[in-house]
Amino acid sequence: MTAITKHRKISNWKRSSNARTALLYLLPSIILFTVFVFYPMFRTIYLSFFLTDQEGEAAIFVGLENYAYLLESDAFLNSIKATFLFVLYTVPTGIIIALILALLANEKLKGIGFFRTIYASTMGVSVAASSVVWLFLFHPSVGMFNKFLNIFNLPQIEWLLDPTWALFSVSLSTIWLNTGFSFLIILGGLQNIDEYLYESARIDGASYWYRLKRITIPMLSPTLFFIITISLINAFQTFGQIDILTKGGPSQSTNLIVYSIYREAFINYQFGTASAQAVFLFICILIVTILQFKLGEKKVHYQ
Amino acid sequence: MKRVELIGISKSYDKQSNVISNINVTIEPGEFFVLVGPSGCGKSTMLRMIAGLEDITDGVLKIGDIEVNDLPPSKRDLSMVFQNYALYPHLSVEENIQFGLHVKKVDKKERAKRTTEVAEMLGLTDYLKRKPRELSGGQRQRVALARAIVTEAPICLMDEPLSNLDAKLRAHMRSEIRQIQRRLGITMIYVTHDQIEAMTMGDRIMILHEGSIQQIGKPIDIYNNPANPFVATFIGSPPMNLATGVGDKITSTIRLSDSMVIPIPLEDAHYLTEQVIVGIRPEHIKAATKVSAEKDKFVVEVSNVEILGNETIFTFILNDAPWQVKWSGQWQIEIGDKIPLMMNYASFCFFNSETKEIIKTPSDVENHVFGKEVFV
Repeated sequence: MTAITKHRKISNWKRSSNARTALLYLLPSIILFTVFVFYPMFRTIYLSFFLTDQEGEAAIFVGLENYAYLLESDAFLNSIKATFLFVLYTVPTGIIIALILALLANEKLKGIGFFRTIYASTMGVSVAASSVVWLFLFHPSVGMFNKFLNIFNLPQIEWLLDPTWALFSVSLSTIWLNTGFSFLIILGGLQNIDEYLYESARIDGASYWYRLKRITIPMLSPTLFFIITISLINAFQTFGQIDILTKGGPSQSTNLIVYSIYREAFINYQFGTASAQAVFLFICILIVTILQFKLGEKKVHYQ
Repeated sequence: MKRVELIGISKSYDKQSNVISNINVTIEPGEFFVLVGPSGCGKSTMLRMIAGLEDITDGVLKIGDIEVNDLPPSKRDLSMVFQNYALYPHLSVEENIQFGLHVKKVDKKERAKRTTEVAEMLGLTDYLKRKPRELSGGQRQRVALARAIVTEAPICLMDEPLSNLDAKLRAHMRSEIRQIQRRLGITMIYVTHDQIEAMTMGDRIMILHEGSIQQIGKPIDIYNNPANPFVATFIGSPPMNLATGVGDKITSTIRLSDSMVIPIPLEDAHYLTEQVIVGIRPEHIKAATKVSAEKDKFVVEVSNVEILGNETIFTFILNDAPWQVKWSGQWQIEIGDKIPLMMNYASFCFFNSETKEIIKTPSDVENHVFGKEVFV
């Protein structure tokens, strides 16, 4: 009897040997994800149901009141509006510009490597450094943009101080900053397309635009899908540019959700409502991503 | 059905050395013309120059009596099948076949009609709605073929279209492509590195080596009468056996080795030069029998044997080089056996050792050439 159970024990131990090895390999990422992703995520969800004291500890359980308060708050609704506008301004434009640059840089010309490097170079610039540069460009009196307008006798623009222009200006710098990454990914996608397909199309007499429409774009669809997803998520989570360029101003016009979360938590010390905002943002991104996958799947041709 | 004429065509990438030099050939309307050569001989480059995918460095290319050097590929009125088929992975078989017709703005009815016809011809009717990735290698090959045929271009170019197929399918597609070409009467220019494809498919073949023409002609003429040692070894399997012999005017012989000496008849005494390259086809080396004269025999030691069911190929070593012998039937030969052989003087090829040109062609090709009158 004991012999049988012992035998079984050994075989259980042996049988799980693969699973244990797998676990060992997974351990580093499990630890990292737990510490930096899962724990903060659950903590955030937990905090969003509470009012907190000055130290950020949960004090009073309020249930869904934080959420109810947010949806009635004009400031937060304004944040949502600003965020969606920001996404709308930056994502399509950024990807179209990157696509055009990649198509140009994919031509086989002498010295094209130089242009490829230049176009991809914004990838190597940090958000903080580039924002400082843009700060100078946007400067009302000494900034290059206004000097440029001056040449053509156009009215001066308060790029970052005028509520009607501020979001546009921040979007402009973001598009510039993200182009490098999108460009590099799209160029990689273009280079992966078999050259023979174009040769075959050339023998058939297909024009450049026809080839672009019938071959390049469909063949590039997995890459475009990837870069659209990444760009959307990045745009929703924009923080650095806002913090350096406008600090959410003027009159809340560039107060995007992530910046609003930061202010609520670390300036107003309202960790409860900040957490509720974070959860709300999480749900927004989740919905957009799911929608994108559902709608985009049919249009993407994986090889 | 158009003529394709290449006049002094050369190609150079670095403006110094030619990858293809001075090609002159006329491909007749409706001809099945095969370009054959080892990898890197420039045959694909030449095809791509005809297609217009590569620039022509020098020379004139005429298609149907019009110079087309500067015309784009689409204006040259031809179709092309690529080695990797170049099917559009995101389009169905039907859309792939119709791609060219779409571009050329052929109307919808005509498009559907031609697609149905071609699909029937190539047995693709059941697969029209599938994507290329859902097809086998052979079916993809057929789609590529269908796409070329459906445009009804008078000239079709093929760049090693069968090299991705297995041996059995390849043999099948060889005859199928040949039949389609005959039925449609199109001018076909076909690139391959496989001498069997060249021999079996071509009306005429052109052998390229290091960018220059070695020989152009009917397959059987090239086999019987190779222009130089390269062609002799490239065409035919196993290749022609070659050795360098030393002519001796006193004894009137060419010496290949100590045991192998070829007596030269008096009228052929001019072959007795210092050095001459001697070649003989593996099937022309015969077994010596009891009745054959002792002086004609030479004995070799077998170093390898392959029995292929209906024929036997064995190898012996002559001057450190393997020589192969091919006999029909199943011969019970073991490695190490000593076999008496004889070679008919008429079967020999001689090549000039400096110019590499052929100086004596084999006059005895045996009874392999039948006239139609043999069959009643």
